[in-house]
Amino acid sequence: MTAQLANVAAVHADEPSMPGIVPATLARIKVELLGFIRNPQSLVFTVSLPLLLMLIFGSVFSGPVEGTDVDFRQVFISGIIAAGAMSTAFSGLTISVVIEREHGIIRRMASSPMPKSAYFIGKVLMVLITTVLEVALLLLVAVLLFQLDLPATAALWGTFIWVLLLGTAACTMAGFAYCALIPNAKSAAAVTTPPFMILQFISGVFYPFHMLPGWMQTIASVFPLAPMTRGFRHVFLPDTFKAVEAGGVWNLQGIVVTLVAWIILGTFLTAITFKWRGPRVR
Amino acid sequence: MSENPIEVKQLVKTYGDFNAVDGLDMVVHRGEVFALLGPNGAGKTTAVEIMVGTRTRTSGEVSILGEDPGKDRRAWRARVGVVPQNTADFAELTVREVVSHFTAFYPNPFDPDELIEMVGLTAKSRSRASSMSGGQRRRLDVAVGMAGRPDVLFLDEPTTGLDPEARRQAWDLVRFFKERNVTTVLTTHYLDEAEALADRAGIIARGRMRQVGTLSELTTLAGHTTQVICDPIDKDEPRLPKELAVPFNDHTGRVSLATDQPTRVVQELASWAKERGHDEVPGLIVKRPTLEDTYLALVSLEKTE
Repeated sequence: MTAQLANVAAVHADEPSMPGIVPATLARIKVELLGFIRNPQSLVFTVSLPLLLMLIFGSVFSGPVEGTDVDFRQVFISGIIAAGAMSTAFSGLTISVVIEREHGIIRRMASSPMPKSAYFIGKVLMVLITTVLEVALLLLVAVLLFQLDLPATAALWGTFIWVLLLGTAACTMAGFAYCALIPNAKSAAAVTTPPFMILQFISGVFYPFHMLPGWMQTIASVFPLAPMTRGFRHVFLPDTFKAVEAGGVWNLQGIVVTLVAWIILGTFLTAITFKWRGPRVR
Repeated sequence: MSENPIEVKQLVKTYGDFNAVDGLDMVVHRGEVFALLGPNGAGKTTAVEIMVGTRTRTSGEVSILGEDPGKDRRAWRARVGVVPQNTADFAELTVREVVSHFTAFYPNPFDPDELIEMVGLTAKSRSRASSMSGGQRRRLDVAVGMAGRPDVLFLDEPTTGLDPEARRQAWDLVRFFKERNVTTVLTTHYLDEAEALADRAGIIARGRMRQVGTLSELTTLAGHTTQVICDPIDKDEPRLPKELAVPFNDHTGRVSLATDQPTRVVQELASWAKERGHDEVPGLIVKRPTLEDTYLALVSLEKTE
C-alpha cells in the first residue's frame, strides 16, 4: 500500500501531498459521535431497547433453570448483554450506513479524496465506543437491580473482554455486508430487526439454549449471537452450568472459531458488496 | 495528457435498450464556465455523473484533468469539486461541523470559516442542517463540493430551490472561481443563469449535444440572427418561403419566424396583412432572440424531427 502510494506520488510529483489516514479518520469519528449523540432514533433503537428488555424480562423471569441450580434471570441477563452488543454493532451500524447512503453523505465522501478505509475505521471505532457504553449500562443495571455477580477472576474478565471484542467485530462486519440487502432508509429497521429478533429467540437470550430443539441450536450456532451468549454464560454463571451446555463443556475454542469466521466472511462480503456509487447511493 | 481539462468523446450510457447518453461530445477549455442545458431526461445529470466518476459509462472516452474518472485516484479527487443534483441531508450536524469534516480530506482546503462566509452561511454556522431551509442546505452542499479548492468544478443544478438573493450569491461564487481560473461545468434549467455566467453553453437533447457555442453564437434561432413575431389574422398564418424565414413553435400561439432578412420578412408580412384589410401587421415584433428562444426553438425542432 505504501509502495503503491509512493509510486503514485512519483508519477504526479507536482501534486500537493494528501493528508494521511489519521486526520480523515479523526474527522469521521467526530461526526460519527456527534451524529450518534444527537440522533434520538439511534439512541432509542440501539441503546434503550436492550435495556428495556432487560428491565421487563429481568422482572418477569425467576426460578432456577431446569436441571441446574442457576436462576434463569442470570442466564437471561448474560444473553441480553450479548444481544445489547449485537444491537449496537449490527442494527445500529446497518441503519446508520443506510441512512448515510440515502442522505447523500456516502456519495459526497466518495467524491472527496477521503481514504475509503477512514469511513470503515470510523464506523468500527464508533461501534466499539457505543457497544462499550451499552454493555457498561446493561452491566450496571444488572448488578444494581438484578444482583448479577460480576466475574470473580481476572481470567473471566479477560474472557469477557475478548468475547465482547470478537463478537462486536463479527456483528460489525456482518452488518456492513447486510447493508446490501436493505433497499432504502425507510425499510432499514424493518429489514434489520427480524433476523436480530429471531437470533435472540434461538440463541438462548429469552429461552435457555439447551432447552431449544436440537436443529434450532444447530442453526443458531452458525451465527455470531449464540457463541457470544455462551461466552457470557461462562463469564457470569457458576462453572457448574456447563453441565447443560452442548457436550457438557464451555467450548471457548468453538466461540473463537465461529466469531473469527464471521469477521473474515463479513469482511469478504463487505469488500464485494459495499457500494460507493450506484442507484441506492443517492 | 490532453490540452483541455474536460474532454468527452462519443460518450454512451445505455440502460437496457435505452441510450440515456447517446454519443455525447463535449470539450471545456481551461478556466471556462460551461453551461450544460437541456430538458429533463436529456441526459445532463447522467453525463455529469460519468464525468465525476459516480457512474460508469457504456462506451466512449472521458478525460477530466487528463485522467479517466473511473480510476478514482485520491489526488485526482482532490482537484475535482462536485455538487450533485440531490441536496445532502446532514441531519443533526452543524454547518461548521460539516464543512470542517470535508476540508479535513483535502491537501489544500479552504479555511472552514472562510468557506462558510463564501456561501453566505456565517450566521448559520452553528445551526444544525435539520433546522435549515432547503436553500440553506443547498448552499452548505455547494461549500462541501468546493471544500478542496478544485481545479475543475461540476455543479449539477446548484441554484434549484434557492431564493433570488441566494441565487445571486451562488452566481458570485461561480464568478469567484472563474477569476481564479477554475474550469466549471454548470447544468441548469435557468437560461438567465447560463446567460449571466457561462462563456459557452451546450444544449443537450436525447443524450446528444445538439448545439454548442459561445453565448452570442447560441443566441441565434437555428442559425438565424433575428426573430420576427406577429399574430395570425382570423386564424390565418402567413406562408413565407423556407429560404426566407423558418417558422417554429414558441408555445405562445403566435407566429414566430427565424430569419436573417428581417426587413424582407416584414415587407412580406405587411403585404400579407394588407391583403386581409390590415394596414398594420398585428402584434409585430422584430427582435434579437434570447438564449431561451434558441433553446425552445431547438427543443421544438428536436420534437418534430
